[in-house]
Amino acid sequence: MATADPQETVSVLVDIVLPIVLPLVLVVLGFAAGRLAERRHLRSLAEREAAPGPAATNLRRLPDGARVVASALCIGNVVIASDYFKTFGASLKTLVGGRLRTLETLLDRGRREAALRLREDAARLGADLVMNVRFETSIIRSNAAEVTAYGTAVKLAGGCDG
Amino acid sequence: MLLSNLEYIPGYRIAQHLGLVSGNTIRAKHVGRDIMAGLKTIVGGEIKGYTELLSEARTQAIERMMAAAQQLGANAIVNIRLSTSAVMAGAAELFAYGTAVVVEPDPAAPPPPPGAQE
Repeated sequence: MATADPQETVSVLVDIVLPIVLPLVLVVLGFAAGRLAERRHLRSLAEREAAPGPAATNLRRLPDGARVVASALCIGNVVIASDYFKTFGASLKTLVGGRLRTLETLLDRGRREAALRLREDAARLGADLVMNVRFETSIIRSNAAEVTAYGTAVKLAGGCDG
Repeated sequence: MLLSNLEYIPGYRIAQHLGLVSGNTIRAKHVGRDIMAGLKTIVGGEIKGYTELLSEARTQAIERMMAAAQQLGANAIVNIRLSTSAVMAGAAELFAYGTAVVVEPDPAAPPPPPGAQE
């Protein structure tokens, strides 16, 4: 039949496009867009981490002889989403078990971003270092996690060497 | 009010412990934001709307904790911990807790200049 039967078009849509073509398109889209976003993010992280700023530490005692000028609680957070390719790949990987590398890099990026934002928050207060930094990760919705970093920003008399 | 997640406020000594204080808030995301977030889980990357929402909510939880400490007559909260949990689909609880204390400048350390604190 040359002219498309509307009923047949619908059944093709339901039988082939929805279950097979759509996920395939999403996987390809996720792979391309996700890779691009990840590369851009890693580049931005490397640049900002290299910039001078207060050091993040999980020390709980002040350096010996440190004289404190001011301190404050500082927080950095980020909600980071997985892309469809990573999600799909990870769900396949859970069948055989083992390392989910794509999700490892996702959470690593989230933690680095949260730590950076914490340091940027501390820098706004003119802090020299951040003490007792803690990380917290929580699943906000499926395929997205929030990473929070918090700590006590401390400004010392005469800076870090003082 | 002085806040710290250390067991003390740097440059101060603790004069009195007033007990545990906490503050919480539960926030839901509205549908528009949730749809945008759904799209973000296809292409990946930061969901800025959620980052801001959770950050605002956390600030509110901390403010509630500070109000509780103020009622006890505290001027600082030490050993603060933050926690987040998804209580139901589309809603998250932000929780902050710590120990309310009265602090005074440590004579061993030089007093901080006025206006240096938040």
